[in-house]
Amino acid sequence: MNRIIKELDNNNNILSIYFTAGYPKLEDTCKIIKNLEASGVSMVEIGLPFSDPLADGLTIQSSSTVALNNGMNSDLLFNQLKDIRKTVKIPLIIMGYFNPILQYGVDDFCKKCKQVGIDGLIIPDLPIEEYLKSYESIFKENNLLNIFLITPQTNKERIKLIDNISTGFIYMVSSSSVTGSKNGFDSEQIDYFKRIQNMHLKSPKIIGFGISDSKSFNEAVQFSEGAIIGSAFINHINSYGINGIRSFIKKYKN
Amino acid sequence: MSYNINKNGYYGEFGGAFIPEMLYPNIEELKLNYVKFMNDPDFKKEFNQLLINYVGRPTPLYFAKQLSKRHNTKIYLKREDLCHTGAHKINNTIGQILIAKKLNKTRIIAETGAGQHGVATATVCALMGIECVIYMGELDIERQAPNVARMKMLGAKVIPAKSGSKTLKDATNEAIRDWINNPENTHYIIGSVVGPHPYPDMVARFQAIISEEIKWQLESIEGSSSPDYIIACVGGGSNAAGAFYHYLDDKNVKLIAVEASGMGIDSGKSAATSILGNTGVIHGSKTLLMQTKDGQITEPYSISAGLDYPGIGPMHANLYKTKRAEFISITDNQAMKAGVELSRLEGIIPAIETAHAFAVLENKKFKKEDIVVINLSGRGDKDLDTYIDYFKL
Repeated sequence: MNRIIKELDNNNNILSIYFTAGYPKLEDTCKIIKNLEASGVSMVEIGLPFSDPLADGLTIQSSSTVALNNGMNSDLLFNQLKDIRKTVKIPLIIMGYFNPILQYGVDDFCKKCKQVGIDGLIIPDLPIEEYLKSYESIFKENNLLNIFLITPQTNKERIKLIDNISTGFIYMVSSSSVTGSKNGFDSEQIDYFKRIQNMHLKSPKIIGFGISDSKSFNEAVQFSEGAIIGSAFINHINSYGINGIRSFIKKYKN
Repeated sequence: MSYNINKNGYYGEFGGAFIPEMLYPNIEELKLNYVKFMNDPDFKKEFNQLLINYVGRPTPLYFAKQLSKRHNTKIYLKREDLCHTGAHKINNTIGQILIAKKLNKTRIIAETGAGQHGVATATVCALMGIECVIYMGELDIERQAPNVARMKMLGAKVIPAKSGSKTLKDATNEAIRDWINNPENTHYIIGSVVGPHPYPDMVARFQAIISEEIKWQLESIEGSSSPDYIIACVGGGSNAAGAFYHYLDDKNVKLIAVEASGMGIDSGKSAATSILGNTGVIHGSKTLLMQTKDGQITEPYSISAGLDYPGIGPMHANLYKTKRAEFISITDNQAMKAGVELSRLEGIIPAIETAHAFAVLENKKFKKEDIVVINLSGRGDKDLDTYIDYFKL
């Protein structure tokens, strides 16, 4: 069974952390994953850095640039992850823009993911239509879940379509914004969470974007099965280094 | 087989809409409406009136006697440089501002490289009384100061893009991020035939007025609407798309797309996408683009701020792949020389972007009786400092 599905079956307060592979140092990738698991995180999104991250704000743009300058690329990432499953048990997702995956070869990329023990992919600029047309079977052959996004602007019919084709969870973007640009939720966002909750979708939902403290985390999990923290985590690493991970996660686990 | 777009938003294998879900509603709204709006009689009337009375269309098709004599062939210049604001860019911004009004948008954003599209966008926003924000690479702000001043004079806010190479690619990234942050009130006026479907087709349709006019103008001068060659420069490719549009499926007309090879193809400082690029996804479209083997988009270079884009529009990628168009690359030096030649022979100072198209005359043999149309996409006022520095005038 796919580890993401297993986790979703057993946990409806999932804390998922996004970080950029190869940041702050090239060799930090596995250290960060192991540290996150030891700190009690339920799921990790490993960001594959891209030169032109359209949906990301300044924090992830900067971490991506540093990671690329450090020499991070797909091959190196797979190489770093080759023994990760000897120790790490939590679900691992790779989040990356489509072009580096396309250059690697979608087929090869997915095979490599399976080999090293990746459970799912989030590719923000690969739209559903293109996925269904060309790539769905490759994902399935490799037991990889493809995670789709919905936003406050996504209409009901499309949400139902996304719900239908989703095999893991739906990534619920909390606001109309790039990553790391908002802190906390306003009443409009809470209304959106409620609206989606009332649709009684078959897929679990995990909320991301704008979650930067335990208050917003706790609010998010009231309306979903979990929440994703990205920019706030990277900002914390910037200030405290990777040794500060445990104290960062502790705030969310109480 | 047609070289125009198919119903799925593709030119052959190129095109599509590779966008984050945040932009889906906006792109879908455009896709469902743009053709309907453009075919609406009231829309057409207002668009045409503005092109005539405000832009100054039709632009002349001018027989360049001295240049023809020098290169021993028959050269006509399509004078897009005479459009209001000094380049073809305004054909598209007039069209898109009318689309934005139809969609009840109250705020316009745009990216710009050389600043011509920024000026054309700021101009139509002033005309329609709509708020205007222009993203421009920090480096381009320095090298195209006159256009920055014009945008400010027109009431637009110019925001420097400080990431990456600080040029057009990065300005486009910033504009897309702005659109993600402001999806409801904002329309993004993309300036070239790039971006997610339907942008390449919508921009090409607005620019198609160029070849529509060439056809009847040439018919009345030469008795035939088809020239032997059409030459246009390609950054993203909007002026070329407009000049080629009505000839795409007319095989009697040879299409020549001119890219900037900067300091030379192998110099590492170039923007010749068709030669240096391969298939990938940039700014929402599958097309040819310059990238590393890992799929990171590389920094292009050209002396002209309007040609240093690492991709080309999907229409052009398909014209290249199918060999429908011949792609020629021209160095900085060749372009600068051609710019001076046109100035001295015909009394027309071209934009450095446009000068690349003219450099083909030195690099390709045409027959004496060939009819060669060159799209004179923009005037060189904005480039005077660069010309003067280069030639120590």
